[in-house]
Amino acid sequence: MAIKETLDRIREEALSAIKAADAESAIEDLRVRYLGKKGELTAILKQMGTLPAEERPLMGQLSNDVRKDIEALIAERSSELRQKAQELRFRAEALDVTLPGTDPHIGSRHPLETVLDDIKEIFLGMGFNVAEGPEVEFDHYCFEMLNMPKHHPARDTQDTFYINDNVLLRTQTSSVQIRTMLAQKPPIRIISPGRVYRVDTVDATHSPIFHQIEGLVVDKGITMADLKGTLAEFIRKLYGADIKVRFRPHHFPYTEPSAEMDMECFRCHGEGCSLCKGEGYIEILGCGMVRPEVLEGCGIDSSVYSGFAFGVGADRITMMRYGINDLRVLFENDMRFLQQL
Amino acid sequence: MNAPVSWIKEYTDLEGISVKELCDALTMSGSKVERWTCEADEIKNVVVGEVLEMHRHPDSDHLWVCSVNCGGDKPIQIVTGAQNVSTGDKVPCALDGALLPGGKTISSGKLRGEVSDGMMCSLGELGLTVHDFPDCIEDGIAILDPSAEPGSDVCGVLGLDDTSIEFEITSNRPDCMCVSGLGREAAATFRKPFRFPEPQIRHASGSIEGMLSVKNETPENCLRYTAAIVKNVRVKPSPMWMRQRLRLCGVRPINNIVDITNYVMLEYNQPMHAFDYRNVKDSEIIIRQAREGEHIVTLDDIDRELTPDMMVIADSEKPIAVAGIMGGEYSGTYDDTNTVIFESACFNAVNVRYTEKGLGMKTESSVRFEKGLDPENTLRALTRALELVEELDAGDVVSGFVDIKGNIPERRTLLLEPEKINAFLGTDLPAEEMVSILRSLEFEVSDDMTVTPPSFRADILLMNDIAEEIARFYGYNNVPSTVMTGVATAQLTERQHFEKDLAMRLVSAGLYEVKTYSFMGTRTLDLLNEPSDGELRNAVVISNPFGDDTALMRTTLLPSMLEVVSRNVNARVASGSFFEIGVTFHAHEDTNELPDELKDLVIASYNSLGFYGVKGIVEDICRNANTETPVFTALTDSHLYHPGRAASVYVGDTLIGTMGELLPSVAANFNIKEKVTAAVISVEKLFAVRGGVRRFTPLPKFPAMTRDLAIVCDISVPSGAIEREIRIACSDILESISVFDVYTGDKVPAGKKSIAYSLVLRHKDRTMTDDEADTAIARSLKRLERIGASLRS
Repeated sequence: MAIKETLDRIREEALSAIKAADAESAIEDLRVRYLGKKGELTAILKQMGTLPAEERPLMGQLSNDVRKDIEALIAERSSELRQKAQELRFRAEALDVTLPGTDPHIGSRHPLETVLDDIKEIFLGMGFNVAEGPEVEFDHYCFEMLNMPKHHPARDTQDTFYINDNVLLRTQTSSVQIRTMLAQKPPIRIISPGRVYRVDTVDATHSPIFHQIEGLVVDKGITMADLKGTLAEFIRKLYGADIKVRFRPHHFPYTEPSAEMDMECFRCHGEGCSLCKGEGYIEILGCGMVRPEVLEGCGIDSSVYSGFAFGVGADRITMMRYGINDLRVLFENDMRFLQQL
Repeated sequence: MNAPVSWIKEYTDLEGISVKELCDALTMSGSKVERWTCEADEIKNVVVGEVLEMHRHPDSDHLWVCSVNCGGDKPIQIVTGAQNVSTGDKVPCALDGALLPGGKTISSGKLRGEVSDGMMCSLGELGLTVHDFPDCIEDGIAILDPSAEPGSDVCGVLGLDDTSIEFEITSNRPDCMCVSGLGREAAATFRKPFRFPEPQIRHASGSIEGMLSVKNETPENCLRYTAAIVKNVRVKPSPMWMRQRLRLCGVRPINNIVDITNYVMLEYNQPMHAFDYRNVKDSEIIIRQAREGEHIVTLDDIDRELTPDMMVIADSEKPIAVAGIMGGEYSGTYDDTNTVIFESACFNAVNVRYTEKGLGMKTESSVRFEKGLDPENTLRALTRALELVEELDAGDVVSGFVDIKGNIPERRTLLLEPEKINAFLGTDLPAEEMVSILRSLEFEVSDDMTVTPPSFRADILLMNDIAEEIARFYGYNNVPSTVMTGVATAQLTERQHFEKDLAMRLVSAGLYEVKTYSFMGTRTLDLLNEPSDGELRNAVVISNPFGDDTALMRTTLLPSMLEVVSRNVNARVASGSFFEIGVTFHAHEDTNELPDELKDLVIASYNSLGFYGVKGIVEDICRNANTETPVFTALTDSHLYHPGRAASVYVGDTLIGTMGELLPSVAANFNIKEKVTAAVISVEKLFAVRGGVRRFTPLPKFPAMTRDLAIVCDISVPSGAIEREIRIACSDILESISVFDVYTGDKVPAGKKSIAYSLVLRHKDRTMTDDEADTAIARSLKRLERIGASLRS
C-alpha cells in the first residue's frame, strides 16, 4: 500500500503547507508542486499502472479525493489571502473624509435672474408666453395708450427719465402689453419681464433701475375671479401651497377694478413681525381688469373681450427670498455675495 | 392724507368699532391706511396740577418750590425753574415714572436739597408748539384752562388722546382727500348712514352787490368761481377744537381766518383763499391767463415769472394769486385786516398741473386741484366757511355771494347692467345689492337702472368703474377665485431659450453672472480709450439724468463690468470671473426714432482665467451654439487690448466679438492693477451664426493611429497656420489634432519655438496601416516647409 501511504502523506504535507502559506505566490508554488504537470500527485498517478487492476479504481478514487482536498484548500486559502491583501490595501488607501472636496469650479446665475427664471417657468406652465420689448420706449406706448395722457396725475408715481418729449426710458413693462395687443389678436396670455427705469435715488430700497414682470390676459369672458385665481396660484407656486393672499382695492389708470395683492407674511404667517412691519401681510403685486379704453386703443373690441393685467417687482421678490436687506447689494456684484446664492 | 378718528366719526356712527377694525376695514374697501398714531401713546402719567402754594427755594434765587394738587389725597411738592407760574394756575405735571414724547422719563428726585416729586411741563416737553396753543408761551410752563380738573390726564385736557390715521389716497380719488370723503367711505364700509349736514348762515347782513365784481375770462380753465365777503374781521386764534383738528391733519394753525380756509379744505376738499379786501384794486377780480412777462411774488416770498399758459386771479392791475396754487404777497390776512373776500373756485386740473410744473411748486391746494375737483362743491364749501366765521365770531358775513360758472362738463349717466357686472367680476350678486352699494356712495340709481354718479366722482366713466365700486364694498376677497378656461400653450422662443442656455453654459464654465446698471457717463468711454468718432460714442442721451456719470444709455457692457472687477479687487477678493448678458443702446441720428437695442455678452476675469482660459470659454459657447469652428485672428492695433494678447473672433465671415488682455492703462482707469482678460461678444451675431441641432456621427469601427509631432518654427508663426497645413495634408483621415506642449528656451534655437501636436488618424471604413500614417505625416512635414516649420530633431 505504498501508493496509498504516499497519497496520504502528500495530502497531509500539502494541506499543512497550504495552511501555512501567507502569500498568494506561495500558494501558487504549492499548487504547481502538488497539482502541476510535474507535481507530486501527477507523479503518483503515473505509478497507477503498476497497481493490480482491482486496486486501481480505489487508488484512483483516493488520488482524486486528495486532489480535490488540495484544490479546495487552495481555493479557500487564496480567497482568505486575497481578502487579507485587499483589507491591507484598503487600510493603506483610506482617505480622510473630513478633508474638503475638490471645487468643481461652477459659477452661478445672478439671484435676480434665478428668480426671473422661476417666475417665467411658473407662468409658462400656466400658458403665458414671454414677450419682450424695448427699454427705450415711446411715451405713447408707455403712458398715453395706457390711459395716462401727458398731464395725468398718476405719472407722478412714475417719475420718468426722458430722452425727448416723445421718447423715454420705460417706467413699466406695460408698454410691452400695448405692443403685444397691437401685434396680436386675442386670446393673449403673456408676461413681459424686463428692466424698467424711474427717477429714484439709490438707497436700501430704491434704485433708478429695477426689474418687473408684468402680465396680460385678454380673451372672451375673462373675469376678475380669473385674475384672483391666476395670481393666487402664481404666489402659491412661488411660495408654497399654504400661503394666503388677499386683494385690496387700489388704482392704476389702465385697469379697473384695480387691486393690490398682499400675501401673508411668510416669516410670521400673519402674526405680524419686523419683515411685514407688523401688518401680517406683504404687498406683492398690483393688478386689475384692463380698462376698455386701453383695449379699444389697441383695436380690441371691449364688448367682446375682457382681460386682466398685473405687475410684480422681481427685485423685491429676490430680496425677500434670499433675505437681502439692501437693494444695492444686487447691483454691486461682490463675489462674496454671488458665491453665497 | 391724515384724518383724526374723532372727526371721521362725525359723519357716521362708528360706535363699538376699534381703531384697528376701522383701519383694516377701510384698507380693504380701498382707503389704504399707512399707519395710525396717537399723541397720547407717547405721554404717560402727566396730569393736571393746581398750584396751591409756591415759595422761593432756600438755596436758589430762581427756583420755586411749589405745592401742587395733582388730584391725590394730599398735595405733592414740585420744584420748578419756570417764572411764569402763579398760585392757582393749572399746569401739566409729569409725575414720578412719567413718559414724555421722545421716550424721556421723569422720576422723583431732589433739586438742591428740596424734594421734587415730578416736573411741570412746557409745550415743547409735550411735543407741542405755541401754534397749537397760542395762549401759552414758548419758554415757560404751559398754563392750562382754569376749568381743568386736577389729577385728570393732561392728554384729555389738551386733546392729545385722539388718533390720527394716515391714508394713502390714490390719484383717482380726490374726493377722499378730505375728512368728509373718508367719512363717506367709512359709512359705506360699515353700511351705516352718512351724516353730512348742509351748512347754514344765520346772521348775514348788508349785500355783496356793488362791493365786488368778478370776471371769468378763461372759462375753459376756471370752471366755477364763487366768492363771499366778511366784514369787521376779528383776527384771533381759532378755538382749541379747530386747532387740534388742524394739527392732527398736519396743518399748522395760524389765525381764525386762515384756519377756517384750511379747515374747509380738509373737510370738503375745497381749497379756499382769503384776500384782504384792501389789496384787491378797484374791488375787481379777474380770472385770466397770465400775460407774457408778468411776475408775481407769492406768499412764500419768491418772485415768479408767469407764462400765458398759467392762470391767475388778478385785480384790475396785477395778478394777486396763481390760480389754485398760491396767493400773492399782498393777498394774505393780517392783524389789521378789516374785510376779507373768501374765494372758493374750481380750476381745470390739467392747467393746474401745467402751472405746477412750470413754476416747480406744489401746495396743499394744488395737489387737490391737479386731480380734478367738483364744481358743485364750491358754493357749499364757501357757505361752510361763512358758517364757521359765524360760529367762531370771526367777522360779520355780508349777504349774498358771487357765483360765476365757466365750462362745467355735463354730468355723465351710465346704465347699470347687473348681469354684465356679474359676468365681468365672476360674481353672482343680486341687483338690489349693487343698487344699495351705489346709493350708499351717493350714486343716484333710477328705476330704469340709470346711474348718475355724484358730481365729486369724475372718475366714474364706464361699467368697469361701477364694477369696482360694487366689488370694493362687496369685498374683493368675497369675489371667487377661478382657474381660467381655454387652452393655452406656451414656451420660450428659440432666442429666449438660446440666451438662457448661453447663461447656463457660462455658469457651468465657472463664471459668475452679474447685473449692472444700464447707464454710463459722458466720460466713461474715455476710460476705454474709445476714439472720439468711435462707434460706441453713438449713445442715447437722457435729458434729465441724475448726473454726468449716468447721463447716457450704455453702448457697451465693458465699463460696468470693469467696475465690478474693480470693486472686487478693492474688496480683496483674490480672483474672479464674471459675465453679464445685457442690452446695449445705439442711437439713431433722429432721437425720435428708438435706438437699436442689442444684446451683448461680456466676460471678464482677473487672477484666474487668462487669455487661453477666456478663449476656451468663447470656443465652448460657439461649440454649444453649434456654430462653425470660430477663428481667432490676432488683433494688434486695438485701443483696448494688449497688442500681443488680443484676438478678433470670427465665425465664417462674421465678426462676433473681440477678446484679449486689457491694456494696463485701461485697467488702471478703473483702478485695477491686476491683469484683466475680457471678451465682448455680440449675442445677436452669435445667435445668427448658430447651427441647428447637432448630429450624431457613428462611433468608429476601426482603430485609430496616434502620431505625436514636435514642430520647430519661428516664434512669429501662429499655431493656427501649422494646424491648417497639417489639416490640408492629412485631409479626411485626420480625426483630431491637439496641442499638448509649447516650448521656447535653451533647447531650441533663439527666436524659435517648439509646438507638440498629437494627431489622431483614422479611416472610416478600414484599419489604417502604419505606412498610410507615415505617408500622411510626411506629406504634412513637406507642407510645413513652406511656412518654415520642421520636425524638431
